Amino acid sequence: MSERKQLADWTTGAEAIVYQSCARCGSLQYFRRSFCSACGAADPLDKRASGEGRVYATTLVCRAATPETRAHIPYNIILVDTAEGFRMMAHGDNDLCIGDKVKARFAPFAGRLIPYFEKTK
Amino acid sequence: MSFITGVGLTAYGRHEGCSSLDLMSKAAALAIADAGLKRAEIDGVLCGYSTVSPHIMLATVFAEHFGIKPVYAHAVQVGGATGLAMAMLAHQLVEAGVAKHVLAVGGENRLTGQSRDASIQALAQVGHPDYEVPLGPTIPAYYGLVASGYMHEFGVTQEDLAEFAVLMRKHALTHRGAQFREAISVADVMASKPVALPLKLLDCCPVSDGGAAFVVSRETTSEISVRVRGCAQAHTHQHVTAAPPLSELGAEIAVARAKQAARVAISDVRYAAVYDSFTITLAMLLEDLGLAGRGEAASRARSGYFSRHGEMPLNTHGGLLSYGHCGVGGAMAHLVETQLQMTGRAADRQVRDASLALLHGDGGVLSSHVTMFLERVR
Repeated sequence: MSERKQLADWTTGAEAIVYQSCARCGSLQYFRRSFCSACGAADPLDKRASGEGRVYATTLVCRAATPETRAHIPYNIILVDTAEGFRMMAHGDNDLCIGDKVKARFAPFAGRLIPYFEKTK
Repeated sequence: MSFITGVGLTAYGRHEGCSSLDLMSKAAALAIADAGLKRAEIDGVLCGYSTVSPHIMLATVFAEHFGIKPVYAHAVQVGGATGLAMAMLAHQLVEAGVAKHVLAVGGENRLTGQSRDASIQALAQVGHPDYEVPLGPTIPAYYGLVASGYMHEFGVTQEDLAEFAVLMRKHALTHRGAQFREAISVADVMASKPVALPLKLLDCCPVSDGGAAFVVSRETTSEISVRVRGCAQAHTHQHVTAAPPLSELGAEIAVARAKQAARVAISDVRYAAVYDSFTITLAMLLEDLGLAGRGEAASRARSGYFSRHGEMPLNTHGGLLSYGHCGVGGAMAHLVETQLQMTGRAADRQVRDASLALLHGDGGVLSSHVTMFLERVR
């Protein structure tokens, strides 16, 4: 198993978006694993993403299922195609459109810190 | 060879005081009677899951409760695709000689057994626990994302999607078991409460109580029988974040494999039973399956193509959108309705010709797909 130090990211409360890159086949993956899901090689390298990307899809959530999330409605859940080439889910401004160039900051949501994208010109 | 020899379906909606096992038992008894069999003749049991009453061994819990001792039994879990996955497995089990009569059963008191919030919350867990669920998504949100992308890429509008809610409601009007039996218009869908835009309340299937079952047998038990002609699956991803491009989703892969297995073409199909958890699900799947060109499903719906007397009658019981959705049983109702149509027993919903049917189920967020072709034999 990996001896390499993991980079902390938003899923553990750090202000960062981290992805993995396989040293053997070059594949990128966003969901952290101890191996490359494309070729199986061990210990893909953790890399910090720039936070830049383009909006791939959006949905404005108006009906939430828990008291913690209900306090935030409406909130815009988006899929972003990052500049690095992986796709991620995040929040963003409510008026974002598909194709918009965006940049991430971090915002509190339901007791956590989450990536939140705003439009860049 | 394998045949769908019996089907059973309860009304969907509220079944106050009924447990998941009660609803499963009602549907199972109906299906076994419909097949002309005795309980003791059922030697295989497949069941789905219940979010209200989770259990690690639901099939044997059910078998004991129902009073049968099968030679083969276990649960199957592929979300909304579970019903057709059970049909496919049952087909393979009887073909392999493992069992003679396999009962597939699903039922859940999802509406009255837990709060609506609890249902929504339980289902949202199909998302990634670290990278998606903390963002507060719901199942409508996952499909809302897919809808926005699909609408953008193929020029589909919210009014287009609304056509499918209207069509499913129109079909449900004549089924006494349907949860919703008041006509709606495109304007009603457009004016309904926003849930996860572009999806609004009437774009979403309801939460229901209900049960459905069918028996798959090695030999037919009646004069007109429904044979499994061929089936296939495809599983491309679990989470919407990891989904392939919109033009490479699992439905296209599954239907291509199933066509090959069944040696049929889409032009042979006379009746369609397609998963419709949301209007976008139905629109996309119809196009992925080849029942309409890209971006053209809505105009076909508008022109009556998918209506009872149209060229390709679709979900004539009202689908998940209007008959209702009780979990595993939800899409099993599509198979029940198909069998009734194929055997000429669909009463005032009867279509002219249901000699060859295409069925398709989808689980997760377009993650798991099962396609099946059924044919009528005399």
